[in-house]
Amino acid sequence: MKIRNFSIILLGFLSVFPKEISAQPTPNPETANWMSSPAIIGTVLLIVTVLLIAIFILTVKASAYFSQLESKTEKNRKNEFGERLLDMNEAEIDTILEKRKKAAHYRLFGSELGSDLEVEDSRGIIAGVTHEPNNPLVDEKKKSPITYDTPFQLKKIITWYIGASVFWLVFGTLIGQYLGLKFLWPEMDSVSWLSFGRLRPVHTNAVFWGWASLTMIGLGHFVITRTSNNILYSYRLAWYAWWLMNLSVTIGTLFLMSGINNGGGEYREYIWPVALLFALGIIITFYNFYQTVARRKIEEIYVSNWYLLGGLGWTIILVIIGYLPMYQDGLGETVIQGYYMHQGVGMWFMTFTLGLIYYYLPSSLNKPIYSYSLGVLAFWTQMLFYTLIGTHHFVFSPLPWWLQTVAIVFSAGMLIPVVAGTTNFLMTMRGSWNEITKSYVLPFFLVGVVFYFVGSAQGSLQAFRFTNFVWHFTDFNVAHSHMTMYGIITFILWACVYAILPKLTGREPRQLLVGMHFWMAFIGLFAYMVSLMVGGTLKGLSWIEGEPFIQSVILMQPFWLWRAIGGTLMFISHLLFAYNFYVMTGSQKQTVENPTGITPGMGIPASNKQGLKNETVTF
Amino acid sequence: MLDFHKNHKLLVGTAMFGFFVLSILVALMPAFQIQQTQPLPTMEGFSEEELNGLHIYVQENCMSCHTQQVRNIEMDNSWGKRPSIPSDYYFSKQRQDLWRQSPSLLGSERTGPDLTNAGQRQPGMEWHLLHLYNPRIVVKESIMPSYPWLFELKEESKIKDTDYLVAVPQKFIHASNKKVVASKKALDLVAYLQSLKQAEMPQNPAVGFIPSSKKIEPRNNGGDAVLPDGEKLYMNNCAACHQAEGGGLAGAFPSLIGSPIINDENPETLIRIILEGYDARPEFGVMPGFQETLSDEEVAAIANHERSNWGNTAGAVTLDEVKEIRSFVNSLKQ
Repeated sequence: MKIRNFSIILLGFLSVFPKEISAQPTPNPETANWMSSPAIIGTVLLIVTVLLIAIFILTVKASAYFSQLESKTEKNRKNEFGERLLDMNEAEIDTILEKRKKAAHYRLFGSELGSDLEVEDSRGIIAGVTHEPNNPLVDEKKKSPITYDTPFQLKKIITWYIGASVFWLVFGTLIGQYLGLKFLWPEMDSVSWLSFGRLRPVHTNAVFWGWASLTMIGLGHFVITRTSNNILYSYRLAWYAWWLMNLSVTIGTLFLMSGINNGGGEYREYIWPVALLFALGIIITFYNFYQTVARRKIEEIYVSNWYLLGGLGWTIILVIIGYLPMYQDGLGETVIQGYYMHQGVGMWFMTFTLGLIYYYLPSSLNKPIYSYSLGVLAFWTQMLFYTLIGTHHFVFSPLPWWLQTVAIVFSAGMLIPVVAGTTNFLMTMRGSWNEITKSYVLPFFLVGVVFYFVGSAQGSLQAFRFTNFVWHFTDFNVAHSHMTMYGIITFILWACVYAILPKLTGREPRQLLVGMHFWMAFIGLFAYMVSLMVGGTLKGLSWIEGEPFIQSVILMQPFWLWRAIGGTLMFISHLLFAYNFYVMTGSQKQTVENPTGITPGMGIPASNKQGLKNETVTF
Repeated sequence: MLDFHKNHKLLVGTAMFGFFVLSILVALMPAFQIQQTQPLPTMEGFSEEELNGLHIYVQENCMSCHTQQVRNIEMDNSWGKRPSIPSDYYFSKQRQDLWRQSPSLLGSERTGPDLTNAGQRQPGMEWHLLHLYNPRIVVKESIMPSYPWLFELKEESKIKDTDYLVAVPQKFIHASNKKVVASKKALDLVAYLQSLKQAEMPQNPAVGFIPSSKKIEPRNNGGDAVLPDGEKLYMNNCAACHQAEGGGLAGAFPSLIGSPIINDENPETLIRIILEGYDARPEFGVMPGFQETLSDEEVAAIANHERSNWGNTAGAVTLDEVKEIRSFVNSLKQ
């Protein structure tokens, strides 16, 4: 019933854009009225949505801060009280002790609530409750409550996967930042290994395969064991995969910098022997996860595992199709390129990350997911729609017109899994909004989920033919890919890392630094995105006007500057994240090894010292 | 029966099978089909140098900023005379070798100009070499990287006869007593770039641009007929060499400021140079002819722009004059 209502809403939504969906070969539209194009209005609305939500979070935080300022006066009162105590003479103290003696022997009559007696509350037990935050600037967040008892082996694997990925994040975005600056100072260096063309794929591949993939797989190891209620099938295989994948990204990076490039197709710039290492890593992980699920100790397969196994399995097929040569001469390569680069994002990063949300979001909120069936609906529609839309990267190209049309139509269809997923996550959060201000994990989730809707819906709108007129080939594409790979994937992964690592190691990051990480990444992303979107639109319009090409380069300069500023904020936030990771895992040696290594967490209190200390703090 | 949530074999099997079937429909099948495309009869394969050049193009990943596809919408008309068709890629998109696949030439970003017709638009070798050594020598605002590792710096005494000397202005060379010599790689890359030309379509082409409904406002440039915007045309076709302000580049491209040819009362020589190109002065690079690419109106507009700017004060050229000269040029050919 729920689903039926939901599809009716969706159909209504789709009918707003009938022209775009029917995807006829429409002639060039009037660019003079480009502002009133439904797809452009849609995009603007979506961006405004995120902005409003950011303003909402800021307002809530600000109001919390102001009420905290008010409580300062309360604090002063308390200090005065303390000083008075110190100044007391013997006689006064005697009086108080007398009073105390009386109170100790005092017995209730049973009619106090109805009486006119005033409460004697000289110690401020009732009136003087204040928080005394460690930090005077920001609201104090909740501590991570439970420490899971996890086999030491698994803890180590998860930590090392995330650790390697943190390295690749810092490395990959350092390269990205450097590339962004090259738009402003093209003469920064003239070293062949650092030239723009060679470094660009180094950046994309390092953050794709190094950062996002390794974190995802690391986090996946926890989900797969926990929801199967069993230990991992093989720890050794997990380590093999770790080595293979890191090796692949390392060699691939060196090869790309030295000019060994598979052919420039985005995200498959690694030549096949290097990509094979990565593919083997994924195949091993798939086998390991599959066997773990096959040996699960509960009957049902939790919906997260659908996504994890689906994502791994689809990616294996995808990489094989992407690299086999028999059909890739001439434009055959381009057909595969559209398919590969889109599914790389859709079937791997998005699918796997969704699986992670289905576990980490409800577990952070300590409540079940809103709807299992919506998750299942989203799973199958993800497979059906996402697979068909790769060619929307090649609208108006010499690829078959029917293929382009299919891609555009199903891009609109992507709204079904996206709305289903978003609804599911937001309904899970519903009723727990006040938790968000108290948690340092949930804001990451909220931003990720909102961007899941905004970024995906915006992507669907971008596939339409009119928007392709204005935006294709411009910097708008770069903005879109950062909105999704960063706004969705990276924010969700950060949420999951902050949600799980303190529970595994018993060490929490400093909340102020997590807050700074969050806001710098978010504001940085916004500056990055909006500047490139506005600049990209102006660039497209300049091309339509038929102005000399170099004009479009000149007009982009201020927008590239803003992009670099946003990028700098993002990069600094990654350094903070790396430091937070170090704090969360820093002294692994203190952790006492779980001697049996086979009791997957069943709520048994942690055996290590840090964990116990943590518990006394929260309870 | 459909107990996906309890049967992991069924779940994973169905998901992977479903994805595979969809992949066949949407990727493998169209890819196999479009791979059957044959080249146009007017197309020629690459020479050895050009093929080497293509591989350097891939090695430096030029595709990350330059597209090679003319889309079938009118705004792309400036990049080619017709939309790209699958046959265009027959020779360029072949597997490179055992290790590397067919290059992804179509691209997804147009941070730099489209190169489908780069050889037609910009055929001068001298220009390409200068531009590769440092793009800002010829295009002041360019943000393209320099490729100094495709060149050698040599002392004048060590230069051999076979070396290809590039006339880089001194201020762009850090070692002041040296000269820039193009390496084989640079020459190959330029050979490839020069080979980028849209092949002629056979009789009555089936592909055309989706027309723009935007109305182009005609502007009167002072001539008798209504001519297109000469400044825009000059920027698109001439400014790369002669520069936006007409000053040219010493040692490579002549200045148009105060040039006797431009300021000649009789515009015949100027118009003939625009149409046929020019290679009479050995100290400068070769100028290509624009007979094929520019219409009479456009030639007149460019000539007028050149004759009335940067201190040049010659009278306007009329459309009829251009027509007359073009038919004269054509009659010479026959």
